[in-house]
Formats: sequence, structure tokens, C-alpha cells
Amino acid sequence: MSLLFYIFSGLMLGFGLMVIVCRNPLSSALCLVISFLGLAALFVTLNAYFISVIQILVYTGAVMVLFLFIIMLLDIREEKSKDWNLLALGGGVIVLFGFVAQLISVLGGFDEGKQKMVPFPEDLSHEDVKMIGVEIFTNYNFHLQVLGVLLLVATIGVVVLSRQQGKEGSENN
Amino acid sequence: MEAGNILTSIEVMPILISFIKIVVVIFAVILPMVAYSVWAERRVSAVIQERVGPNRVGIPFTKIGLFGLGQPIADGIKFLLKEDFTPGHVNKLYYWLAPALTMVPALLTCAVLPFGSELFGEKMVIADLNVGPLFVFAIASLSVYGIVLAGWASNSKYSFLGGVRSSSQMISYEISLGLSLVPVLLIFGELNLSEIVREQSKNGWLLLPFWGEGAIWNGGVDRFFLLFPAFIAFIVFTTSIFAETNRLPFDLPECETELVAGYHTEYSSMKFALFFLGEYAAMIIGSGLIVTLFLGGWSLPFGLDAYLMSVSGDPQQIPWWLGLIHIGTFLAKVIAFILFFIWVRWTLPRFRYDQLMKLGWIIFFELALVNIFITAGILILTRDPAP
Repeated sequence: MSLLFYIFSGLMLGFGLMVIVCRNPLSSALCLVISFLGLAALFVTLNAYFISVIQILVYTGAVMVLFLFIIMLLDIREEKSKDWNLLALGGGVIVLFGFVAQLISVLGGFDEGKQKMVPFPEDLSHEDVKMIGVEIFTNYNFHLQVLGVLLLVATIGVVVLSRQQGKEGSENN
Repeated sequence: MEAGNILTSIEVMPILISFIKIVVVIFAVILPMVAYSVWAERRVSAVIQERVGPNRVGIPFTKIGLFGLGQPIADGIKFLLKEDFTPGHVNKLYYWLAPALTMVPALLTCAVLPFGSELFGEKMVIADLNVGPLFVFAIASLSVYGIVLAGWASNSKYSFLGGVRSSSQMISYEISLGLSLVPVLLIFGELNLSEIVREQSKNGWLLLPFWGEGAIWNGGVDRFFLLFPAFIAFIVFTTSIFAETNRLPFDLPECETELVAGYHTEYSSMKFALFFLGEYAAMIIGSGLIVTLFLGGWSLPFGLDAYLMSVSGDPQQIPWWLGLIHIGTFLAKVIAFILFFIWVRWTLPRFRYDQLMKLGWIIFFELALVNIFITAGILILTRDPAP
């Protein structure tokens, strides 16, 4: 299993890097897709099938398709490489090192991370969907309701906003 | 040392069995079915339009015709031998990648479809996941990339319009596809496709609960009332599968009269064939999914499963001949559904694009949403609350 872990995490990190290295926005988006797929595969190696499938379904299948759609419709062209801006470069390096240092200090203090992971039971009969469902609908029921209301408000808000813009557009015409 | 550890820690047998199942299912079942559904499409369309269709190609160098059954082989050789032309104005990498990206997801989804009960004690499904339908949706949602990339990389207006149409169509219908399935999952209370089929084998099919323990005279009153939402779910799901596979009456992405050939205008030879075969593979998997969820998968009708099991004696072990019958039943149902797909294609005219979007967003989306509440209400009224 550790071999699979290295393959998929390498895939994920490599293509994650490609997202910011690529100049073509379409290539960046597709690299992010592959990175997500690697993440989903990592979830599978942890026996978390539901989360893995949802990762693909929501992020790869829906969010990134919309991204791709927007890139294509707006016809965003390849970005030309600019001259090096020393100030921006220095700032970027400082932020990077600060972030890595903080990550090291936090992870270094996390003692449970040093223990070896308990191996998972081999049989696939445990029902992670049921477990997640029971947990959400009993212990976190209130939070779920609040989230639902939040999403509803956001949906209605988007509809109202797009309606208003449509009206203005028709008046202009 | 390390390599030896890895080899001994992995059991070889389950991997070998999975490998055999994958090879047999893909190369001996799905791909020939794809080839012959193309042939069936041409023959059935000919019958519908009172033509003859391809009836000549039989065994090479003989006069034996066999109703043209050799046609797919001739087609395949033709696709391979034609010039593989890459236009100069395309983005090479994505142009080459796109056909593979449409074919692969279509074949991947068959991993969770149970195509039989058991054969020699081995479950006839490649991966017996507990998230079967979700897995199918997740992988199917990836097939949009191939079409979008083909449209974009071809760098031509027809292809681009086809790609944009196709992606918006697939995104829209994915919603009603997912929502229409929720009532089915509510009824079964199960996300494992093998278990869903086993349940139907015991209690009667979802759309025909007229035998077994689910029949109304055997106390399955809830199943009788649930027929109504199940039927709505079936209609919405089937229609959405048509839209997802870009088949007529929803084949606007490749609508010839407006877009030449849509997203595969610039493709030739085997790359075009991959798009073509990907569509058929998606159709076969879609039919398999509909059959699994609504029409009992591999189970025989009229309670024959239980009867044959009682004949065989041992109630736990499914005998090998019954396993083979189950596989045959599943294939027969899928073939019947493919013929239905073909029949619809050559009968109905194409929708207009705004009609298609309206149908997806205004009718099916709401219908599927309301259907969830109807199902939940019936379930509350007719079934005891879960312990």
C-alpha cells in the first residue's frame, strides 16, 4: 500500500506544481483535475470510498468542468512571461519560507503523527456512507440545517442578482 | 528484501481473479458489444426506414453472408487503415488526448456493474463497492473532459460550439440524473449495486414488484405504492441517460445540420472511431445501469430465481448453471435496452437546444426533486420506522 501512496501523492504534488508553472490556463485547470484525481486515489487507500467518490464527483466532475467552461467561453489566452519583478519575487520567497517554517513547527509538535498508523481492516464491508450519514444527521443535525439555509439564501441571491442584471441589459437594448 | 515483503504481503489470487474479470468483461463482452451495437444500429435503422442495411460481409473469401455479421470487423479494419490526419491548426497534445478521455471513463464505469450473481462462489462484479451508483456518476462526469477538450483543441468554430453545447448539456442533465436516483436509493436503503440486485431478486423488480416477497398479495403494500415514484424516477433517469450519452433526440453537440459533426469535426480515422465507440460504450453502460437499478439486473422474472434455487437443493450456494443463466439474463436485458436506444434514435426528431435546456432545468429538475419528497412520504407512511 505504501507504494501506491507514493505514486499517488507524487502525482498529486507534481501536477499541483504544474498548476502554477503552466502558462496556459487550460493546462493549469487540467493539471488541477489530475491533482484532484490523485487526492481521490489517496482517499481510496485510506478505505474512505465515499469521500473519494465525492471528491471526484464534486470537484473534478462539477467545479473544474465549470472552470474549464469559463476559460473556454471567456477565451483566456496564454499568459506571456513578464520581466522579473524583484520586489514581488522577494515577497514571494519570504511568504513561502514563512509558511514552510510554520508548517514544520506545527507538524513537529504533533506527537501523534510520529506513531505508525493502525492498519485498516481488510474487508470492505464497513459502510462509510451510513456512518457519515448517521453522524451528520444525529450529532450535527443543527449545523446541517444552518448550512442548508445558507445555501438556499446563496441560491436565491444569485437568482435575484442575475435577474436584475438581465433587466438592465434588456433596458439598454 | 523490501520487494520480497511486498510480494508476500499481497495475496496473488484476488488480484488474479480481478484481472481475469476485467479482461473478460472489457475485451470479451463490452468491446464486442460496442462493435455489434454499431452493426445493430445500422441494421435496425435500415429496418425502420425499409432499407436493407449492411448484409453482405460474412466470412472472408467465402460466399457465406451471415446477415452481415462480419461488418464490424470490416469497419474496424477500415478505421485502422484510413489516413490519420492531424490538422495543422490544432493543439496537438489535447487533440490526441481527447479521444482517449471519452473512451476511458465509459469503460471504467463498468467496474461496479454486477453482471451476474455468482459463478463458482465468485461474485460477478469487478469491484463490489459500497458506493456503486456514486462511483458511476463520478466517473461518468469525467467523460465531459474528452468532449470539451476535443472541441477546444480542434481550434475550429464548429468543434468549439459542439464542445460548449455538449458540456452545458451534460452538466445540466447530471443534476436530474443524480436527483432522480435518490428515490431509488431511498427505497432500497442501499448504495451497493450487488445488494440492490439481490434485493430485487428476492422482492421483485423495482418497476415490476409482482412476484416474490414484495408482491402486493405477499404483504408488499409499500412496494405497490412506491411504483409511482419509481416510474417517475425511471422516466427521468432514462431520458437523462440519453442526454448524457449525446444520443438522439438530444444529440445537439454533433448535430449535422448546424455543426457539421460538432466536437469531432476535425477528427479522422481511429481517433474519430474512439469518439464513436465511446458513445456506444457509454450507451451500453447506461443501459446496464438502468437495468441494474430498475429492472432487476441479473435476476430472472416471475420468481424463477427462488424456484431454480429450490431445485438446486443447497439454498446458500448458487450453482454454476444458474450463475451462467444470470449472466445471460443480464446481457439479454442490456441488449433489449440497447435496441430501445436505437429504436428511439430512428423514431424521434431532434430537439431544439433551448427546448433541451428547458426540459432539463424546468421540468426534470423539479420533477426529480418533488419525487424525492413523494418517495420519502410514502416510505414514512407504509414502512415501520427504522430501529
